[in-house]
Amino acid sequence: MLADLMRGLATTFKAIFEKPVTIQYPEIKRPVRTRYKGRHILKRYENGLEKCIGCSLCAAACPADAIFVEAAENTDDERYSPGERYARVYEINLLRCIFCGYCEDACPTEAIVLGDNYELSFTDRRSSIYTKEMLLEPVPEGGKPTPQKTPPGMYTRAIPEMKDPV
Amino acid sequence: MTNKMITLTIDGIQVTVPEGTNIVDAAKKAGIDIPVFCYHPKMKPVGMCRMCLVEVGRPVVDRNTGEFVRNEDGSLKIQFNPKLETGCTTLVSEGMVVINTSDKVKRGRKDILEFLLTSHPLDCPICDKGGECPLQNLTMAHGPGTSRFLFDEKKHLLKHYPLGELIYLDQERCIQCGRCIRFQEELVDDPVIGFSQRGRSLQIVTFSEPGFDSIFSGNTTDICPVGALTTADFRFGARPWELNAAASICQQCAVGCNLTLNVRREAAAGGKVVIKRVMPRQNEWVNEIWICDKGRFGYHYTEAPERLTQPLIRKEGELVPVSWEEALGFVAERFRQAGKGLLTLASGRLSNEDLFNLRKLSEGLGGKIALYTQMSGGEQVMQVGLAKESNLAELGQGDAILVIASDLHQEAPIWWLRVKQAAERGATLIVAHPRPTRLEKFAKHVLRYRYGDEAGLLLAMLNSLSAKRPALPERVSTLWRDDQVQAAAKAFAEAQNAVIFFGNEGVGLQASQALAQACLNLLLATNHAGRPNNGLIPVWQRPNDQGAWELGWRPLPNLDEAISQANAIYVVACDPAGDNPTLPLTPDFLVVQDLFLTATAKLAHVVLPALPFTEREGSLVNGERRVQRYYPAVPPRPSARADFTITGQLGKLLGIDLEDRLASKVMLRIAAEVPAFSGITYTALAYAPEQWPIIGREDLYYGGTTYENKQGIGVQLPNALQQGEQVTLTWPSLAQATEINGGLLAVPVTKLYDSGSTLVHSKLLDQRRVAAVLWIHPDEAAAHAVQEGDLVHLQFGEASAMATAILDKTVPQGVILLPRSAGIPLLEPCAAQLKVVERSYER
Repeated sequence: MLADLMRGLATTFKAIFEKPVTIQYPEIKRPVRTRYKGRHILKRYENGLEKCIGCSLCAAACPADAIFVEAAENTDDERYSPGERYARVYEINLLRCIFCGYCEDACPTEAIVLGDNYELSFTDRRSSIYTKEMLLEPVPEGGKPTPQKTPPGMYTRAIPEMKDPV
Repeated sequence: MTNKMITLTIDGIQVTVPEGTNIVDAAKKAGIDIPVFCYHPKMKPVGMCRMCLVEVGRPVVDRNTGEFVRNEDGSLKIQFNPKLETGCTTLVSEGMVVINTSDKVKRGRKDILEFLLTSHPLDCPICDKGGECPLQNLTMAHGPGTSRFLFDEKKHLLKHYPLGELIYLDQERCIQCGRCIRFQEELVDDPVIGFSQRGRSLQIVTFSEPGFDSIFSGNTTDICPVGALTTADFRFGARPWELNAAASICQQCAVGCNLTLNVRREAAAGGKVVIKRVMPRQNEWVNEIWICDKGRFGYHYTEAPERLTQPLIRKEGELVPVSWEEALGFVAERFRQAGKGLLTLASGRLSNEDLFNLRKLSEGLGGKIALYTQMSGGEQVMQVGLAKESNLAELGQGDAILVIASDLHQEAPIWWLRVKQAAERGATLIVAHPRPTRLEKFAKHVLRYRYGDEAGLLLAMLNSLSAKRPALPERVSTLWRDDQVQAAAKAFAEAQNAVIFFGNEGVGLQASQALAQACLNLLLATNHAGRPNNGLIPVWQRPNDQGAWELGWRPLPNLDEAISQANAIYVVACDPAGDNPTLPLTPDFLVVQDLFLTATAKLAHVVLPALPFTEREGSLVNGERRVQRYYPAVPPRPSARADFTITGQLGKLLGIDLEDRLASKVMLRIAAEVPAFSGITYTALAYAPEQWPIIGREDLYYGGTTYENKQGIGVQLPNALQQGEQVTLTWPSLAQATEINGGLLAVPVTKLYDSGSTLVHSKLLDQRRVAAVLWIHPDEAAAHAVQEGDLVHLQFGEASAMATAILDKTVPQGVILLPRSAGIPLLEPCAAQLKVVERSYER
């Protein structure tokens, strides 16, 4: 019996000198894998225009019916995205979202991507609905915020030519 | 048309169709899809898109004997054309063999699609048609996965080109099928759009001012097989798959077109469910697959922010919001006090259920009811109205249609279209109108008469047919000798089937009674009543005027007197004070039940907010006496109630047994009480048989995006003759001509786009809306020193108005025409004095 106890304590003492596996979250955060699917981000082009064209295909693809899109028309005086159409309202209910990534697949402009953020907690259901402002990434350096005033005839294509469309 | 039937084989299936059918239609009838873009079952085939290419084989005929050559086993020897043939332009022939699934056909389709897509932008994600697009669907079904064409070499054209303010064109998306152009030319005779340039630069252009000037323009967006034509109303409104659909009936005129209301929850509307677009719903007996632009864009009043939301009671001179309990209790108490002194005034804007409950409430109290209308004749329509089992589409060779005192193009566009098509099928069209109208182009006989002689003209037609000729007033006494009148009368009498449309242009309430009676006489005397495809069709101003007549509502010959005698007046869905500011509407107690705070409502002691047709259930009777039901599309606004509910709840408070919850139960009571409605239930109204052409989700490449009818085609009421009653011919007393006293006869005319309360909220139509104008003949204008553009003061009786003069040679002499519902308080023809107030020298 005593031998058993000593063997157990030996294991314990050995562990004292090992590097701990516990991470002190939230002070320390472990990087996620490259293909991790966290909270959505709405992307912008380098000039700041939104990639999202409000086509609602993500909402159609969503198996949890978590996405709501309402489109409106761009003008050169008030341009949010290239082409004619942009998302006036873009909402994702993150309580409904199952992070399957179908929205990413459906997006014709690669506007929506599932990011790294997994820190999603809500105190009520309403705050689980993320609006377009919350989802949009910050304006990149050198870009301008939307809506932009753009020269006529410059942004006529809603869907950019993809380098490697799949 | 011959009834010879032809048997052919398509993909091994034997099909028997009438001679003259093309291969695409024959295949469709057998349930086989031959894809098409340019062909449409309602239009002539042109064979432009080459999508319907199929292999066609015909039996070999021995030239010596004229007999079919047979193989050794006895089967017919078939010779196939070495090339593919277009299915839409090839008519079926006996023994024909069509192959729709061979590799050759598949290859043909694939190549055609690849070719069509060389110039297509493939911007489906932002295209309004995406999701209900024939090009998208057929490419998925038959097209190539990839294109050999270089993306960079696509033609870049205008993507947002307004053909007019209602319809936008995306030039890149157009596949040049010409459906829209052919629709405008062939079907609705508005050739205002056409092709410009050639080859890959071919584009649709408009050559009218304002652009795309047609009242049927919205239909082109339905039949466009791509997203090239879209409506300004729905542009980027929603994706088609996100929309819910509710069946409804258009409430803008007496045709009763079947609609589908597409609704969606919208963040921009505060999370409410709103109507995103109005689409036609197929009903081959009423509107086929078309609707006019008024029906398509005119729904905005139902969601106007100005709508009444709460019951109001006048306290210390002000209308203040109160609870329903208080308002209904107050009204019930005052109605009880008024008793026999209650006058209920309602219009044909209400459903059958509303009108029935209102009548029952009034009867229970011993009060009077009155239909608010400027046109009479409903009784005659009940006697000899268009008979049960009728369909205007069946009128053709050997039949006759008489249109009198109505400009159908402006008053009831879909009837105009159907009458025009009947004339093109060979029906004898007789148009009687004091001025030229759009329909005359298709008429065999045009009868021009003076305003006021409508009934006289019909009686003169009758006189010209018979040996006995009762005397007519002097104005029309010799009309029967007129060659044109005689010819028209003869054509009408000899017709197999005959239909009369009568309107009320230039006809007052009294005179329209005589006009309807004259129509009845003509129909009865020529034996054109009581049989299917025969009878009388009234061109009412409101959607359910006929229903009101059926349910016992009658206009009062002297409304002013009845109003002044009443202790309490219950005004429902009409605005007598707004129409006639001089009306002495000052009873002890006035209740107004409406959608908006109308001029009458501003005078009221109690205002009760009602629901529009989009938020409730109900049924209407159209001019063809077809009872049709509509369904709720959006949730009702809180605190407003359906008309029949309000009346029913008042009835409960007054101890009168009324149904206040379910419209379908009110209909059961109507059916039990009104003989013409016997057997009509909501279930019967929801009966939806198969219709041709096939329209709908799987077949939208064929007939367009019109919705198929799953919610009912309605039931036509039998007229008195069909119910076995006797109808006798009585001679109407013709009204005297209006005293003019040196002025001119002012005649109200109906224009499609007016400023009535059910249209004014559709801002999209502002540019086409008729202003407060007066049309006058140049000679008459000169005689009264009026010039084009003058602001003229008009005095008719006690009422007066201002209008801008427009010189128009088509206006008869001695007459000025004024638009209805455009701010001029003129309800019936009457004498008017003109005075130029302001002259514009800008020209």
